[in-house]
Amino acid sequence: MDKKLKVDPIREGTVIDHIPANKALQVLSIIKAAQDDVVTVGINFASHKFGRKDIVKIEGRELSQKDINSIALIAPDATVIIIRDFQVINKYPVQIPDTLNGLARCANPRCITNHEEMMTRFRVQQKNPVRLRCHYCERVFDGDELELVTA
Amino acid sequence: MEHLISMRDLDTRRINALIKRAGDIESGREKPDMSNRVMGALFFEPSTRTQLSFDTAMKRLGGKVITMSGTKGTSVEKGESLADTVKIINQYADIIVVRHYNEGAARYISEQVDIPVVNAGDGANQHPTQSLLDLYSIQKTQNTLNNLRIALVGDLKYGRTVHSLVYALAGYNPVFYFVAPEALAMPQYILDDLDNMGMTYEVRETLEEIIPQLDIMYVTRIQRERFADPEEYEKVKNAFIIRAAHLTEVKENFRILHPLPRVNEIHTDVDTLPGAYYFQQAGNGVYMRQAILTTLLEQL
Ligand SMILES: [Zn+2]
Repeated sequence: MDKKLKVDPIREGTVIDHIPANKALQVLSIIKAAQDDVVTVGINFASHKFGRKDIVKIEGRELSQKDINSIALIAPDATVIIIRDFQVINKYPVQIPDTLNGLARCANPRCITNHEEMMTRFRVQQKNPVRLRCHYCERVFDGDELELVTA
Repeated sequence: MEHLISMRDLDTRRINALIKRAGDIESGREKPDMSNRVMGALFFEPSTRTQLSFDTAMKRLGGKVITMSGTKGTSVEKGESLADTVKIINQYADIIVVRHYNEGAARYISEQVDIPVVNAGDGANQHPTQSLLDLYSIQKTQNTLNNLRIALVGDLKYGRTVHSLVYALAGYNPVFYFVAPEALAMPQYILDDLDNMGMTYEVRETLEEIIPQLDIMYVTRIQRERFADPEEYEKVKNAFIIRAAHLTEVKENFRILHPLPRVNEIHTDVDTLPGAYYFQQAGNGVYMRQAILTTLLEQL
């Protein structure tokens, strides 16, 4: 039974599993849990795949594709599990898309995207670990070098 | 709409086509007529040399030029967005040539207008017309771009021109020698890219021993403004001064290129040697820019 999550099951919502250890709080800041969301965070759980991993559960909310894409920046191996009425109704790995539009700020201070009111665009050069090239200034960054755009 | 924003967008087929066209224009085999066309030159960051070269190219094609140089006294200074500025020029001109201090500006502009855009330098990012005129100069002096031994000398860390040239030549099986003081060495991420492409290169701090094997020596200026510490600049600025005395044993096809302006890195006693090619290189820039403007304007 060591595969069982060591946190209580939820009735409705989203579980994000296989987050790299100690990245759970960053994941939470990306998905912007609302004030009244009930969130459970598990840090440094034992994992067969990674040694250590984090888990996040959000009650009453099903994550959108956009939220999931942004998680891939720091947790490329995460699994998203959608729960309804205590049943797993959907389970899929996070998949970073080929391009990320408007999700992250470019880390190059001289990039035009930091000087004009415009949407950022990144092309994914490498999926795991994530490496992205800014469509505008052409610099390449690691996924966790980029600051996410807060809505 | 086709633009010229980055060397990354060009494959060797398109590079070769532009080189051939520049040659046809220079020899007079082709005489394009752009007398009904207007080039809008937007130099948000002034660059007299590049601006004059484009200006000459468009006028030799019979075309007309409108120019903004610097942003003093313009709507930009009043806080107009870049998008608005270029959408207005879009109404006046048939092609936009832009130099801007922010990286990615030319790409962004190309997405705001419905006429072709030429990147004449976007911050530290790209300067593709310089890369293309360098390739044209190499082709002209060597009769090929393939299998050449090329030394890049000077500021290899910040030099946008040399970075761009390295990638532009990647498809032509060169051997590179990267000669720079340690503080200005070729960045590791570029060396990694070259390793991934299986390219041959040598990182060196001295030049003398390899001079007899070289086909091309590409020299760049070491810029004072790159150094936070002026003492560090003083230490390296005279590290590589090319003098005639160094160039006694060179191949017949050996040529020295420099994107200009030079300060002291090529001594004037080199200027009269058969290998000195930097002034002709600047002249080649006009033919290459004529080829680029013609190719892009033909789409309209
Ligand atoms: Zn950027």
